[in-house]
Amino acid sequence: MVLGDYLQFPFVQHALIAGAVVAVISGLIGPFVVTRRAAFAVHGTAELSFTGAAAGLVVANDAVAGALIGTVVVGIAIGLLGARERERDSAIGVILAFGLGVGVWLLSKYHGFTNSATAILFGSIFTVSDDQIWLLVAVAVGVLIAMTALYRPLMFASVDPEVAEARGVRVRMVGLVFLVVLALTVTEAAQIVGTLLVLSLAITPAAAAQRLSARPAVVTGLSVLFALGASVGGLLASLETPSVKASVWITTLSFAIYVLARVAGARLIVRRPA
Amino acid sequence: MVSPNVSLRDATLRFGARELWSGLDLDVAPGEFVAVLGPNGSGKTSLLKVLLGLQQLTSGSVTVCGRTPRRGSDLVGYIPQQKAFDRDIPLRGRDLVRLGLDGHRWGTALPSRASRARVQQAIESVGGASFADAPLGTLSGGEQQRLRIAQALLGDPQVLLCDEPLLSLDLAHQQATSALIDARRRSAATSVLFVTHEINPVLPLVDRVLYLVGGRWAIGTPDDVLTSETLSELYGVDVDVLRVRGRIVVVGAPDAAHSDVLASHHHHPVDDDHEIAGARAWS
Repeated sequence: MVLGDYLQFPFVQHALIAGAVVAVISGLIGPFVVTRRAAFAVHGTAELSFTGAAAGLVVANDAVAGALIGTVVVGIAIGLLGARERERDSAIGVILAFGLGVGVWLLSKYHGFTNSATAILFGSIFTVSDDQIWLLVAVAVGVLIAMTALYRPLMFASVDPEVAEARGVRVRMVGLVFLVVLALTVTEAAQIVGTLLVLSLAITPAAAAQRLSARPAVVTGLSVLFALGASVGGLLASLETPSVKASVWITTLSFAIYVLARVAGARLIVRRPA
Repeated sequence: MVSPNVSLRDATLRFGARELWSGLDLDVAPGEFVAVLGPNGSGKTSLLKVLLGLQQLTSGSVTVCGRTPRRGSDLVGYIPQQKAFDRDIPLRGRDLVRLGLDGHRWGTALPSRASRARVQQAIESVGGASFADAPLGTLSGGEQQRLRIAQALLGDPQVLLCDEPLLSLDLAHQQATSALIDARRRSAATSVLFVTHEINPVLPLVDRVLYLVGGRWAIGTPDDVLTSETLSELYGVDVDVLRVRGRIVVVGAPDAAHSDVLASHHHHPVDDDHEIAGARAWS
């Protein structure tokens, strides 16, 4: 079969829709993740979506819904325990360790296909059901709306918390909401690339974009574009190569974009007008 | 007499058992430049927070332009000390200034010619046009502080609160920064409250000094307050104020955070961690 044939299948179309939507929200939060130095929060919430997924499997045989609900709890817990920036990483570590332990215990309670649980570690968008795809799209739309509403105060609070507070931004509240949005986005991305590889959509595209511009709108646009290219490109490529999983293609494409951006960025470096 | 832009009456601020200041009476007239001095933890930054509407008084009253301070008010502008931004922070100098206009509002900024023009005008008024488009992370401390002033002035404030804005700037940039703040208060009758641990760079601009020490305070012209008598009384130990080549040097003032005199006042992390007032000769 050639690529065109695959695209006739509804499950392929749905996977591509989900891949594109998830790429957009991942690319959108990416610059904030980098600016707020929240890479560990991304990694932590991603791994903990495994626990949520395991809980979902045990309770309702639904890993995706479990992961989405669990991640909101995790996001709030990180926000409350790690309110001060200095404590944040250790708070994430504490929650991560305990949460994974709970996940392992939950998994031992689950007697269905362990495949469904391990799939979440490395992603398997093509095996996600139609209902779950639409759930992913609905949550992504919610994230999009939240990020649009949050954009300016979040930018202010991220780059300049002290002045933002003085100007009236509720910095703590904005940070907490962002953690929930981040947790949801990360869990969505985990469905595509798996929890272990989420950083390839949530950080790498933004890091690449920052090498090319210092304009916030341009950086956000490029970050979304790069994430889309890696996600959709990776899904399409994996259709052509059954032996290579989509997540492998996505992480590879994402990394290649980053390397190119570094090389290009070194040339066209936004030099100071003297 | 014109009505004051800032007015505190019998104002007391306490965190738990620790009293920062009490019974504080202060009126700041339009266009007046008041330096706020005092050792670590004496409540200088907390005073600014009260005026920003971020901190409630324990007792007493406070008004800014006749109203109770409200979080996010355009009446008040805020200039912090210079800080080190990440080199690759996705922001230009211009974008930092723009945040002062509408960064606190929900939603995304729509492209607007009027907003762009206001930002540009603010940038030009601080002589920042040549570097406003450079990435924020590449700006020098002095360039950054010019843009900070532009940022704070975008809301057209009646009161300008400055928290150590000259810290870690070199002499030329200290002078340029304080000259811009001085120009603003003269042209627009903006009141300035200027928290600093070092009076000398702004001494020629200062109308009055508010000196806070461990719950006690004194207010008056620099000549009235910065005397051996007044400071010795405030600190409760012998303090010498020397005038050397037009500069004021305070010798013997204990640092509140470590002093025996003020040991009962626990150092509180909420407050600033600034240097002790003029204890070191400034060169």
